[in-house]
Amino acid sequence: MSSVAISDLSLSFGSVEVLKSLNLEVDEGEFIVLLGPSGCGKSTLLNCIAGLLDVTAGQIFINGNNVTWDEPKDRGIGMVFQSYALYPQMSVEKNLSFGLKVAGLPKAEVQERVSKAAEILQIEPLLKRKPAALSGGQRQRVAIGRALVRDVNVFLFDEPLSNLDAKLRTDLRVELKRLHQRLGNTMIYVTHDQIEALTLADRIAIMKDGLIQQLDTPAGIYNNPTNRFVAGFIGSPGMNFISGTLEDDAGQWFFAAPDLRIPLNDYAFTGNPTAGQQVEIGIRPEHVVLNDVSEAGFVTLQVEADIVEPMGADTVLWTKLAGNNLTIRTDSESTVKSGDSLSASFNPARASIFAQDGSRV
Amino acid sequence: MAEAVANKMQGPQGPKPKRIISGRNIVLYGFLIVAALYWLLPLYVMVVTSLKGLPEVRMGNIFSPPMEITFEPWVKAWDSACTGLYCEGLKVGFWNSIKILIPSTVISIIIASVNGYALSFWRFKGSEIFFTILLFGAFIPYQVMLYPLVIILRELGLFSSLGGVVLVHTIFGMPILTLLFRNYFAGVPDELFKAARVDGAGFWRIFFQIMLPMSLPIFVVAIILQVTGIWNDFLFGIIYAGTTNFPMTVQLNNIVNSTQGVKEYNVNMAATLLTGALPLIVYFVSGKLFVRGIAAGAVKG
Repeated sequence: MSSVAISDLSLSFGSVEVLKSLNLEVDEGEFIVLLGPSGCGKSTLLNCIAGLLDVTAGQIFINGNNVTWDEPKDRGIGMVFQSYALYPQMSVEKNLSFGLKVAGLPKAEVQERVSKAAEILQIEPLLKRKPAALSGGQRQRVAIGRALVRDVNVFLFDEPLSNLDAKLRTDLRVELKRLHQRLGNTMIYVTHDQIEALTLADRIAIMKDGLIQQLDTPAGIYNNPTNRFVAGFIGSPGMNFISGTLEDDAGQWFFAAPDLRIPLNDYAFTGNPTAGQQVEIGIRPEHVVLNDVSEAGFVTLQVEADIVEPMGADTVLWTKLAGNNLTIRTDSESTVKSGDSLSASFNPARASIFAQDGSRV
Repeated sequence: MAEAVANKMQGPQGPKPKRIISGRNIVLYGFLIVAALYWLLPLYVMVVTSLKGLPEVRMGNIFSPPMEITFEPWVKAWDSACTGLYCEGLKVGFWNSIKILIPSTVISIIIASVNGYALSFWRFKGSEIFFTILLFGAFIPYQVMLYPLVIILRELGLFSSLGGVVLVHTIFGMPILTLLFRNYFAGVPDELFKAARVDGAGFWRIFFQIMLPMSLPIFVVAIILQVTGIWNDFLFGIIYAGTTNFPMTVQLNNIVNSTQGVKEYNVNMAATLLTGALPLIVYFVSGKLFVRGIAAGAVKG
């Protein structure tokens, strides 16, 4: 049974359609990340699941119950917000217990749940403090604790790490993953940070313009993007796109562009390629290796280094390939200098080819 | 480079020295002092005159300090000055003003704070239009509404009563106070409200347990606005309160503008100071809080 199911959900603000007949099923205990550029409707979708926004059409099920018209508190969800949204005049302890007191739980149980959550999140020493006396990371822990004490099956996260500095974000990211492994709850997580999405998610839903473009595992999204948008959105530095045409040479497919001809022997076509079709080939920077590779399937091309960007862990080369830009991610000890002529190899089987309408071929 | 190091101990270093007596400062402080004296002079004359006996007042040296300090005018103004038919002093008006002030302030602030909260967080269909109409009310001149209000109060049976004047003050305080509270609550992050809803809190619980504790500064501002506004009111008091409920301002007018007998300038001055005492005290005590509250409303909390 799915934990959260959304069927044909639409939401409009006046004439602006934010969500367009959207469908999504989340399995029990699954960590789903909604990822997309700002304004794509991902936070709106989360607010609809939480019951903070009224939907225009469609249904929402949580644990098999139709909760479309239910109040947020009756939906069996806990929510964590980007700005933490801690009640400023209450101590941490009161923040954690507020929802339980509203629900009218007996004092002993409130106490027990608060201390359990505090123990899990290691915020016991902070219980008596006011939110103003906490650091950003501590505040977000308390906010997570507030969802935790509700003892619910579904956790909703609305960009919870976006207000933290880079190092804390990495730390809390790992902690969130550990928390998910320990609790096994369903989690729906909204972010615009693809690293968070790739590291945390069991499955990622890439959203654009109120629609889910692709719902797949991180590896599936990364290696087999279903359309041009997903391919360009995921990955940093982004995928290289080169425009050209498909050629059929006696049953052997080629990608052809001026001064460039790439055989596509091992490429697994998903659509129906036609000869002469205008396409774009997408090559990830890390799939390109410098030097000649004689391994079967690899194609070797001549490129000219333009800009060299050492990034610490690796080096990014901005090169020219037959008049097109091609970024290559190589190791940090690379001695390439601007203006060098290089051989670069890659396996076209790992590339992605998109038709003009953006769909994968 | 070597030259630069050799010159290290010469030339400017550290904070730039500031001259205390500069042309700019003389002009600035000179102007401020003159302006302060200009505004304080009437107050000085009033205090000095109120402490003089009548013979001394008649000598006409309004700026000279009293030769013989007497509190007689103050006692008379409070206790036995004639305000029309009765000669019981300002104390009657003082208590009337208190009786008008407290319910008007409390009721208007309670309603306006709930209004502002609802308009910020519980948007309903047409709430923006409602707010616009309410705001528009703030710009309609009072004079237009005086007579219709007389009729409304008469029909309600509240004309010439404390209840009537309290109702009028509550209504006229509503636009500006609602605006004040709405803007303050608009600065409260939306996510805080959402978090409380996920926690299961309803309209009133969110208001009392979450919003109220964090809006003390704006309540202080609202109280100051209402206390000074209602205390200083003359028009509504004279029209709607009825002769037995005249507030202090109306009685002060009756004392000062009486056309019979000797003009007792010292008593008039004392009565005026007594009437103005409350707003003055409010400003002195709460000046800092007032500024903080206004600023808190302007900047995101």
